[in-house]
Amino acid sequence: MAHYTPPVQGKMGQLIDVIVLVVLTVGALFVPLWMGLAGSSKTVATPVENPTWETLGQNPVQAAQYEALGYDPAGAHDLILARFDYSFSVSAVLIMVVVIVVYYALMLKFSESEYRDVIAEKFDSK
Amino acid sequence: MAQTNIGSKTMDGMGPKGTKVGLLRVLGPAHVWALGVGIVLVGEYMGWNFAVGKGGAYAALIACWFAGILYTCVAMIDSEVTSTVAAAGGQYTQAKHIVGPLMAFNVGLYLVFAYTMLEAGNAITAGYLVSVVAGMSGHEGALDQRPFIILVIMSLAWLNYRGVLATLTFNLIITAIAFVAILVLFVATTGIVGASIMQHGALMEGAAALPYGWIGILAAMHFGLWFYLGIEGTTQAAEEVRSPARALPFGTLAGIMTLLIAATLTWYVCVGVLPWEFLGDGVNGSVAPLFDTARLSGSTGLVWLLGIGTLFATLASANGCINDASRAWFSMGRDKYLPGWFGAVHPTYRTPYRAIIFLVPIALIFALGAPLDQVITFSILSGLLGYTFMPLNIIMFRRKWPLNSIKRGYEHPFHPVPAIVLLSLCAITFFAVFLGYGTQLVAMIGFYIVVSLWFHFWRYRFVSRGAQFTMPWPKPKGY
Repeated sequence: MAHYTPPVQGKMGQLIDVIVLVVLTVGALFVPLWMGLAGSSKTVATPVENPTWETLGQNPVQAAQYEALGYDPAGAHDLILARFDYSFSVSAVLIMVVVIVVYYALMLKFSESEYRDVIAEKFDSK
Repeated sequence: MAQTNIGSKTMDGMGPKGTKVGLLRVLGPAHVWALGVGIVLVGEYMGWNFAVGKGGAYAALIACWFAGILYTCVAMIDSEVTSTVAAAGGQYTQAKHIVGPLMAFNVGLYLVFAYTMLEAGNAITAGYLVSVVAGMSGHEGALDQRPFIILVIMSLAWLNYRGVLATLTFNLIITAIAFVAILVLFVATTGIVGASIMQHGALMEGAAALPYGWIGILAAMHFGLWFYLGIEGTTQAAEEVRSPARALPFGTLAGIMTLLIAATLTWYVCVGVLPWEFLGDGVNGSVAPLFDTARLSGSTGLVWLLGIGTLFATLASANGCINDASRAWFSMGRDKYLPGWFGAVHPTYRTPYRAIIFLVPIALIFALGAPLDQVITFSILSGLLGYTFMPLNIIMFRRKWPLNSIKRGYEHPFHPVPAIVLLSLCAITFFAVFLGYGTQLVAMIGFYIVVSLWFHFWRYRFVSRGAQFTMPWPKPKGY
């Protein structure tokens, strides 16, 4: 394989590349956050009016520990009753599987073609 | 068989024979242990308890042990490959030599984001701890945590800038103190010395045992990784240890054993004292569960010890994260995967100082702008993508360079069983993340797909081809 000589990148080009990466990185975390789509779907399904430790389902030991931590039943209401919603659709799981498989397949395919160039130049051009 | 002196005390890992201008080889096995355990031990002090929130206390324990198996596979695989590919960048450099450039670019980003997000999570916890201590000391009103978050990140970045030996010696000391604090809490609260305050039976009875049923166990695997996330960072020191073939496997495997013990003890004392709903909510409930357990022990000495342990664990972890993320970023800059400006070594301190400085504002953006569980999830996802790469890596490594074709510092047993187990546990963990954090999972993979296309079609033109391959190995089989 002919020896490949990469172009020299100017300072402005280097700066732009860094900015692109930083914007993509910050976007990956913050865009879902700003759109309210990220994170847990923990909610209180059935709130309890005038809660007591008993109505919150706490036994005396559990109630005593909450009181030692500085909580009363009203203050601990959301903490105790909030739950994740783990219901999901099969299509959502399939979409996740497809996204992950496509990602790794894409990466391995492109990597392999790049790797063959590396090996050819390293070992075959002497 | 190709031979290479990967243990040279004067030469770095650049090029087939090394040079005298790169990173210094000054570290021993204890530093490797301190780097690995130092990064991870904070996982016992905060973050793991989200696993309790996702599935309950028993689910968290099962997740802890399955995650322990996952990380044992990671440590075994990593020890073999990194004791052979002894150069800065760890898994990034492994991927570059074994799988290909695009994979290496992605792995480099996994490392940088896993560690930078972990660093941000540590700084958030340190800020929280300072505010709690201020409240306990009589401060009225809410304390602004932001100055402390900034102080933690800036001061540790400065320490890293000044030199790796001082940085990791500092880590060794504070990690040891944080580990001893867990042991003391266990001994003092479980009845070994004095009266036991454990109430597992009452706190885990009825619906509290498995509040979500069996799906909760699956879901808990998401944050179960947090018990150990970062142990693979030991490989980042490959170019700075005096004897990579000995120090890296020894330090890494001793590290995972330490963490298995610490994780189990942590689970035991925390769920025996704290109600699961409080323990499982790391944002509105227990941000620092070991510290909260000490608070309920009634012992002022334990409160101080675990307060110091939590602070030291966060500092050690943030310190190690800066070390590892900067090595990965530096390595990618040196290879022109990223702008070459980042590939500079400080002329006096011999540290990747530009990479260290550049990552400071990135860590600050996340530490100051995102909630803890989101930051942790971002870190876990990057780590998980990296663990999924490892089985592919070891299978290709053994296929391209079979045993006895090159000198290995360590050969892991039972191949390919650890690779298959690791891949299976990764698949389960992807599903666990999907349960509750599916949007972030898709956003994260979307990000990596976009940057992969950017790298392949734009950035890669600036990269030399054959020069990327720096190991003095024979041509891989099948090429």
